[in-house]
Amino acid sequence: MPADLILTVAVQGILTGLVYGLMALGLSVIFGVVRVVNFAHGEMMTIASYAAIVAFGAWNIDPLVSMIPIAVLLFALGYAMQAVLINPFINRPEHSQFILLAAVAIIMVNGLLMIFGPDARNVLVDYALDSIEVGPLLIDKVRVITAALALVIAALLFAFFKLSRTGKAIRACADNHLGALVVGLNVKRLYALTFGIGSACVGAAGAMMTLLIDTTPNVGPAFTLQAFVIVIIGGLGSMPGALLGGVLIGLTEAMAGLFFAPSAKTMFGVAILILVLLFRPQGLLGRRV
Amino acid sequence: MSIKLTRRQFTATAAGAALAAGSAPFNIGRAQSGTLKIGSIHPRSGFQAQLGIACQRGIDLAPRVLKQLGINANVEIMNADTESNVDVARARAEKLINDGANVLIGAFDSGQSAAIAQVAEQKGVPYIINVAAAPQITEQGYKFVFRNFPTAPMLVGDGLNLMKGVFEKSGITPKTAVFMHVNDTFGQAMGGAIKAMAPRFNLPFQIVETIAYDPQAKDLSVEIAKAKATGAEMLMPVTRLNDAILMIREMVKQRWEPKIVMSPGAPGFYEGQFYKTLGRFSNYLLTNVPWYNPRSSLTQKLLDEFTKTYKGELFELNVGFSFEAVMVAVNAHNAAKSTAGAALADAIRKTNITDHVMAGGPLQFNEKGQNVNIKSVTLQNLDQRPKVVLPLDIAEDNLTLPLPSWTKRS
Repeated sequence: MPADLILTVAVQGILTGLVYGLMALGLSVIFGVVRVVNFAHGEMMTIASYAAIVAFGAWNIDPLVSMIPIAVLLFALGYAMQAVLINPFINRPEHSQFILLAAVAIIMVNGLLMIFGPDARNVLVDYALDSIEVGPLLIDKVRVITAALALVIAALLFAFFKLSRTGKAIRACADNHLGALVVGLNVKRLYALTFGIGSACVGAAGAMMTLLIDTTPNVGPAFTLQAFVIVIIGGLGSMPGALLGGVLIGLTEAMAGLFFAPSAKTMFGVAILILVLLFRPQGLLGRRV
Repeated sequence: MSIKLTRRQFTATAAGAALAAGSAPFNIGRAQSGTLKIGSIHPRSGFQAQLGIACQRGIDLAPRVLKQLGINANVEIMNADTESNVDVARARAEKLINDGANVLIGAFDSGQSAAIAQVAEQKGVPYIINVAAAPQITEQGYKFVFRNFPTAPMLVGDGLNLMKGVFEKSGITPKTAVFMHVNDTFGQAMGGAIKAMAPRFNLPFQIVETIAYDPQAKDLSVEIAKAKATGAEMLMPVTRLNDAILMIREMVKQRWEPKIVMSPGAPGFYEGQFYKTLGRFSNYLLTNVPWYNPRSSLTQKLLDEFTKTYKGELFELNVGFSFEAVMVAVNAHNAAKSTAGAALADAIRKTNITDHVMAGGPLQFNEKGQNVNIKSVTLQNLDQRPKVVLPLDIAEDNLTLPLPSWTKRS
């Protein structure tokens, strides 16, 4: 097999994996702090994708531009969801939280179906089908841009949690819930803020995703599942773990498609998940609880 | 309060009840003989939704068009959604029958159609398959299952024959080909048929790589990179809609320009969404597929009604075959003068409709319930719509090959 083919496929896999990582990052952030698993994660991303499609269709706004207001919009949606819906469920059993968010997911999918119908929609910008030549490699321009943006957004998020006072307060809530209450932090507000930040990540990823794949209301559950696989591999609650998990899945699927059967590439991603669960249940970069 | 019942009163009441119970089935039969209840079962949500909706349009138009032609189409359409899922298809078919459907029509997908066929056979309700190609469905010895669509071997046989015609007409004969197929029931059936039948057709090219991929794939970059690396002169894809879009988009990105892209008989390239999404990149692709006969007067009538009703939508084979399925059911109902399953099945078996929509011979079913008279045509996407280019007697435009470069398209 030619080396340039292997290298091209590997690079494509890593770039796709970085976008997967950004998609999963929001899920990991929310779980890491609020300890609620967002089962409507993929569906929220689909809402963001449709927002980008509408912005492009109505005002010709490139998704790379519209991703900023869409991230803000999803932040507001996430904040409101946590404040109104999820906070009352924080101390309830996990199955209650699961049912609540699964119901939200179903409402979102069916709402999108009612508004947009089942047809696949996409955004075809001028550069959508361009490629970049690097020596013998031919790399998809959109993937390069989206992967770079995924890295920038992840870096901004790390900086926010590491350097800002609010970020530090959120980390304090995650580390010691009772301690955070004792020192007077408004934990419920910080939880809503975290859910908002996680949702904003999803919003950015959803807008970018319209450049890579066609959107239908039914892609949401598949994204939710994929985000779960990624964060479990990387470590639930670990932000670098989400990016690493995304890259690992992207690369594994690409290589499995090249060397084995492309139709079985998803199987290899799930095989990694099983190996991680067997030998490192906390995930590659997760902390043992 | 107590009611005193004498022995005579009891006997009279019991006899009356027995008589009523005994005649109940005949009452149902009489009540149903007027209106034919057609259960239309298609994937109207999920990843096959667009295609299921196209089928539904053909079903919905049929009663009106048939009535305009003076045919007694006293039907009630009952709709069900399979959600693009085999298990849901089975459950919905059962529900339609329990709700009184006399005939089922559907279901676009081979896996779902196979599941519905089992239910229909078990319940003794005729099932007319409008679109589904897996050959095994009509190889089970079913008595209530009929298919007005070619099987995968028929599709492949016609497709390979037409390929030779394309090579001859264009003067371009590829020496190597890559076969890419969606890895579902339909894709596997087509793959199996091509493998089994290709040697018999003495094709001028060698299949250098076969690539199967997930039907719900969101990215085909690896698959196309692998196909491009073979340097093949022709791509032979068996796709659905979304993956067909992904495939061509990825070919443009990776600048893979084989001389010919020709589907041996699969959806994707000729569908409205394909043109809307890919614009100029949708042009010049070829599909050998059963298609409506543009020269038929009935086709023109249906096409007029379709254009009036569904402005901006594309009239394609799913609409045509679904319309014909209703036509078969109505014809059988009028012939049998009954809605009983066995009588309808007998009447469907005797169908002989010469004036119909799709290309090929009369609409008839063999002893297995298969219509063997359907013929494929070669379609080429020209001006962002499918046009018949072969056979020449029904051609709408001239064949244009080789495939122009992606970058040199206006």
